[in-house]
Amino acid sequence: MIKILIFILSFTFLPGQSDDMSVQDIIKAMDDNLNAKSRILTSKMVVHGRRSTRTIESKNWVVGTDQAFTEYLSPPREAGTKMLKLGDKLWTYSPQTDRVIQISGHMLRQSVMGSDMSYNDMMEDRPLLELYDAKLEGSEEINGRDHWIMLLEAKEKGLSYPKRRAWVDKKYLLPMKEELYAKSGKLLKTASMDGIKKVQGRWFPTRFIFKDELKRNSKGTEWIIGEIQFDTDIPPSRFEKGRLRK
Amino acid sequence: MIKFLTKGLLRDRSRSLFPVLVITLTVALVVFAIGFMRGTMNSLFLDTAVILTGHEKIVTRAYNEESQLMPNDLALLDVGQLIHDLNQNYPDFFWSPRITFAGLLDVPDEDRETRSQGPVIAFGIDFLSDGSRQVEIWELERSIVSGNLPENRDDALISSKLADQLNIKAGESVTFIGSTMDNAFTTCNFNVSGTFNLRKGQTDKQMMLVDLSGARFALDMDDAASAIFGFTHSLYYDDEVAVALRTDYNNTKSGSIVQRLRNEQSEETLSYMNGWNRISKKEQESLTKQRTNGLNDNKMYNNAEEWGELSVEDPGIFSPFMLALRDGNQMGTMVDISGAMLAIMGGIFLVVVMVVLWNMGLMNGLRRYGEVGLRLAMGESKGQVYRSMISEAVIIGLTGTVIGTGIGLALTYYVQENGIDYTKGIEALSNSSMVMPNIFYAQVTPDLFYIGFIPGVLATVLGTMLAGLAIYKREMAQLFKELET
Repeated sequence: MIKILIFILSFTFLPGQSDDMSVQDIIKAMDDNLNAKSRILTSKMVVHGRRSTRTIESKNWVVGTDQAFTEYLSPPREAGTKMLKLGDKLWTYSPQTDRVIQISGHMLRQSVMGSDMSYNDMMEDRPLLELYDAKLEGSEEINGRDHWIMLLEAKEKGLSYPKRRAWVDKKYLLPMKEELYAKSGKLLKTASMDGIKKVQGRWFPTRFIFKDELKRNSKGTEWIIGEIQFDTDIPPSRFEKGRLRK
Repeated sequence: MIKFLTKGLLRDRSRSLFPVLVITLTVALVVFAIGFMRGTMNSLFLDTAVILTGHEKIVTRAYNEESQLMPNDLALLDVGQLIHDLNQNYPDFFWSPRITFAGLLDVPDEDRETRSQGPVIAFGIDFLSDGSRQVEIWELERSIVSGNLPENRDDALISSKLADQLNIKAGESVTFIGSTMDNAFTTCNFNVSGTFNLRKGQTDKQMMLVDLSGARFALDMDDAASAIFGFTHSLYYDDEVAVALRTDYNNTKSGSIVQRLRNEQSEETLSYMNGWNRISKKEQESLTKQRTNGLNDNKMYNNAEEWGELSVEDPGIFSPFMLALRDGNQMGTMVDISGAMLAIMGGIFLVVVMVVLWNMGLMNGLRRYGEVGLRLAMGESKGQVYRSMISEAVIIGLTGTVIGTGIGLALTYYVQENGIDYTKGIEALSNSSMVMPNIFYAQVTPDLFYIGFIPGVLATVLGTMLAGLAIYKREMAQLFKELET
């Protein structure tokens, strides 16, 4: 999820680009922005299930691509649940059990809070330039706005999405729509965004919509960003494992 | 006349004691053999029913399609109301909710870090409600290896095989790691109140049993359940009754719930129309029904193949749907085969016994050849002699059958309550994945009260009648010749 967010956010840090910009330049610029020093954000995740809708509120602290801490604020059942990501390791803490559990192996494929995003989506934060070869497939006008169509193909094995296609707004430099594929070419997930605003000098989406295309009759998950602050000092103690129990 | 014949039978024991003994033993054997065969087959079904299928099982239609995946996101909702309705409409069964779920069981060390971990298949069973028979039907009191039965929401029973694998002892705490019914990651602590061994081979290899309330808390399934299991009060599975009940429920109750859910969806969709609130309630209802019927008639529910984006998700997939035991995986074939086997074995046994008793009746008649001759010589009519012999056969047959049925039923009831233990034999089959009973029980069924009358009375009387036919063949002249010699 954070990966997708960062991937999307990365475009926001680029100034307006022209058509003669190479794909490598775009990806490079994206990666530069992915490695933002830090950010703190509050968000609401609205999970549209087949029979009901749930809203989960959380606060996130992120430094670079290796450190992330999430605390869930509501609903009451989830309040107090915390997650810590350090490099390629992910732990979760539940106040009901008072246990810190490392999420690994097949558990990484599980959904985060029942949403359309998996823990794997949260884990793949490495620079896109390291992970993907990109090529420009063309341009397309959507809702009166020009977009590049970019195809990214994995350089290495084991990624959750070996192939992804993005429709990048040429002015906002945001992937307004993205399709995430398996190696076989099967569509796994789709992502889109809207509500673009300027935040701290950057174009920034306020709503993301993710949809797991493998879930039958999935109605998708909305991720609504409340407040976001960039380049704020976050003390290293925020990312200590002991912090999970506090 | 009957009194006279009875006195004769009692005073001449050679005519009554041996035949009554033979009929008693034979009828007792018939009653017990049929009761034991029925009970054995029922034991086989009951074990599968308790763990997997119930005599009846209610799930949502969507859950039924993906049941192998234990999809609790498709679980039944408003289970309390559903069970209340079932108890009212189908009182011959008792109904109990069940949650089936899977995940990882994590055992912490003293620092609450993972000491050991392994996959677990868990059942949330209604152990703690007043009047619940789940402990009885799971035979848990007999299966407990260490510790105690669950007494609280957080208590869990772990199979002794899983406990050995994870090195858990009664009294320790374990953490379940899995998914809620919303597919959210969840962790929940359980106290291991005890360990158990169902003695059914590999069936309980990764099994954990918790109270329904604990499972509901862990999986965020308030008033929800994977399934509702129904069992007859006698725990005897009658396939015809089960199939009739299932058909009735699905055609009436379930069908009406499908219609209601579809109408609710139609009403919600139509409520977004401009001016919806300005039309009368009656018109709203009419339009709602029209939409539902239109979608149904045009096969637009869940039909993306034909209708593409116009296809409508059928809310009826979340309606409850009843399955009889025979609807489970290959269980229908099992039920049919066992029914046929019972009929063939019972039939052959009955025929053999009838031949024996018929023969006894025949021999008994022929043995009294001289007596019959004397009675004819003394002036009794052939018809009188014939009728008196048949009457005696009826009295003997009835006496033997009543005593034999009593003994047979008593024996059957004893084995029904205590069973015959084949644990060692079943343990030897521990690699089998089939759910096998380790104690075989007999079963007293209504037909056992009358089945003994077929061989006991009918065969005896028929034999006597056949033997008695000779009376009519005897010529009086021949008779006096016989008497002279």
